[in-house]
Amino acid sequence: MTDLTKLSAADLAGKLARKEVSSVEATQAQLDRIAAVDGDVHAFLHVDAEGALATAADIDARRAAGEGLHGLAGVPIAVKDIVATKGMPTTCGSKILDGWIPPYDATITQRIKAAGLPILGKTNMDEFAMGSSTEHSAYGPTRNPWDRDRIPGGSGGGSAAAVAAFEAALAIGTDTGGSIRQPGALTGTVGVKPTYGGISRYGLVALASSLDQAGPVTRTVLDAALLHELMGGHDPMDSTSIDAPAPLVVSAARRADVKGLKIGIVKELGGEGFQAGVSARFHEAVELLTSAGAEVVEVSLPSLEYALAAYYLVMPSEASSNLARFDAMRYGVRVPPAGADDPSAEQVMASSRDAGFGDEVKRRIIVGTYALSSGYYDAYYGSAQKVRTLLARDFASAFEQVDVLVSPTSPTTAWPLGAKLDDPLSMYLQDVATIPANLAGIPGISLPVGLAEEDGLPVGLQFLAPQQADDRLYNAGAALEKLLEDKWGGPMLAQAPDLEVVR
Amino acid sequence: MSEPAKGISRADVSHLAGLARIDLSEAELDHFAAELPAILEHVAVVQQAAGDDVEAMSHPVPVNNVFREDVVVPCLTPEEALAGAPASDQQRFLVPKILGED
Repeated sequence: MTDLTKLSAADLAGKLARKEVSSVEATQAQLDRIAAVDGDVHAFLHVDAEGALATAADIDARRAAGEGLHGLAGVPIAVKDIVATKGMPTTCGSKILDGWIPPYDATITQRIKAAGLPILGKTNMDEFAMGSSTEHSAYGPTRNPWDRDRIPGGSGGGSAAAVAAFEAALAIGTDTGGSIRQPGALTGTVGVKPTYGGISRYGLVALASSLDQAGPVTRTVLDAALLHELMGGHDPMDSTSIDAPAPLVVSAARRADVKGLKIGIVKELGGEGFQAGVSARFHEAVELLTSAGAEVVEVSLPSLEYALAAYYLVMPSEASSNLARFDAMRYGVRVPPAGADDPSAEQVMASSRDAGFGDEVKRRIIVGTYALSSGYYDAYYGSAQKVRTLLARDFASAFEQVDVLVSPTSPTTAWPLGAKLDDPLSMYLQDVATIPANLAGIPGISLPVGLAEEDGLPVGLQFLAPQQADDRLYNAGAALEKLLEDKWGGPMLAQAPDLEVVR
Repeated sequence: MSEPAKGISRADVSHLAGLARIDLSEAELDHFAAELPAILEHVAVVQQAAGDDVEAMSHPVPVNNVFREDVVVPCLTPEEALAGAPASDQQRFLVPKILGED
């Protein structure tokens, strides 16, 4: 009997379409797996067994009745807890939203429901997606399935760990500075940040509105393309949504051919500061691409020097503004100040925000408030916006020379839980390779390229492409995935520890 | 403890927290006052990156005003809109007094 939890979404979808298995069987298998391993992994904040099985049964009935269904109908999915799900808790990893049940669905939730994918539950994340380790969740950290004493990356550590631990084949993530790609790299999974505006932001809890982008979290490049296609395309409910034909990502993932593709290695994203095992696996992967007919050159993005600093101004500035909506008046937790007899709304607001927000969220709100305050605005926020212009120019000139850019996704493999918690700046530096794509609005994919020799932990490689050329990522990513799996004799996750036995 | 960098003191942090409506404890103020100077010093390098001739980019994709037809579409019922409120009364959000009494 096939272990249904080990199948890719594409393979499971095929079996469902041929009626070899039912969606109820597949969904129950995922729920059993979650029950067996999630006590240790803690990828989920909420599991909706009843709702998932009801959707599965409905899809099975409709399939039996001969109804035409979406290609992924009946394939279970996990959803990051930043996405509004009507009738299902949405905390965004924060105490301030403890117990909040959204009265509406995000557009991507609607699209998933309309396509008939059972929603297994909501995945853990750094509070308000602020963090690179998932340790800033108010509900406790997620653990890396490869080594449960290590972080899974963040902010979307829950979605990445769920997929890596075979708790789901598909998950939704959001990426403001690397929150899909970096956890993908650290857990040996695939994650894509689409072009800004490629997937609707309506119904996502906003972190930094000019950077936020939802995308797929999966184990294979084709699965990511299938989920990207399902979620993507214009949405009138999001005024920044791109009103143009969506890139043809699924056919690109099936093409998987890098012959003649021009690939640029980003000179600034390597060398010093990058772990030896990360660099080694990265360069081997680039050699494989060369052997398959890609043309590889080195390119320079001089403004990258300033990108991280610009990001850590733009993001807190926009976040401090977005998070003003958590005022303890219309929804969320209200905590009156201790000792005040008849507190004013403003006092209740301030005490609720102190009680409801965690350390990292407060830190970034203060930094953002500082950067936006009168007298500092031009020097900080204004200068950071100019860096975005410079960076966009650098990317534009790089993409005149090459089709895609390539770099390691993260400078290191997964670090031990707690190792960087007391040093926010060192945590921020981990995002150096992922944040440029968000600042410039371009798409990026991370996929596994092997295990670092020194610690046996997953290493990710990132491709970047011009805006609206997401298809190039899928073509190059699928080609590299195939080259690597031929070399390894199977997927990299086959080497991951068997959590149920260890337990 | 590191010395506060030019431009941000413990009093500044307290003022910023007030602007952001976060009632930080004394311990939190100590903690952030010690930590924020290094972060702000790091991000201050953006000031060296570009001259006056470089335009600021607020958004990765140029967006102009986006409108829709002015027609009524389904929306939340009052019950749905109030369902998450800490307190409500007669189809309204119930909030503490708006004005301080001094």
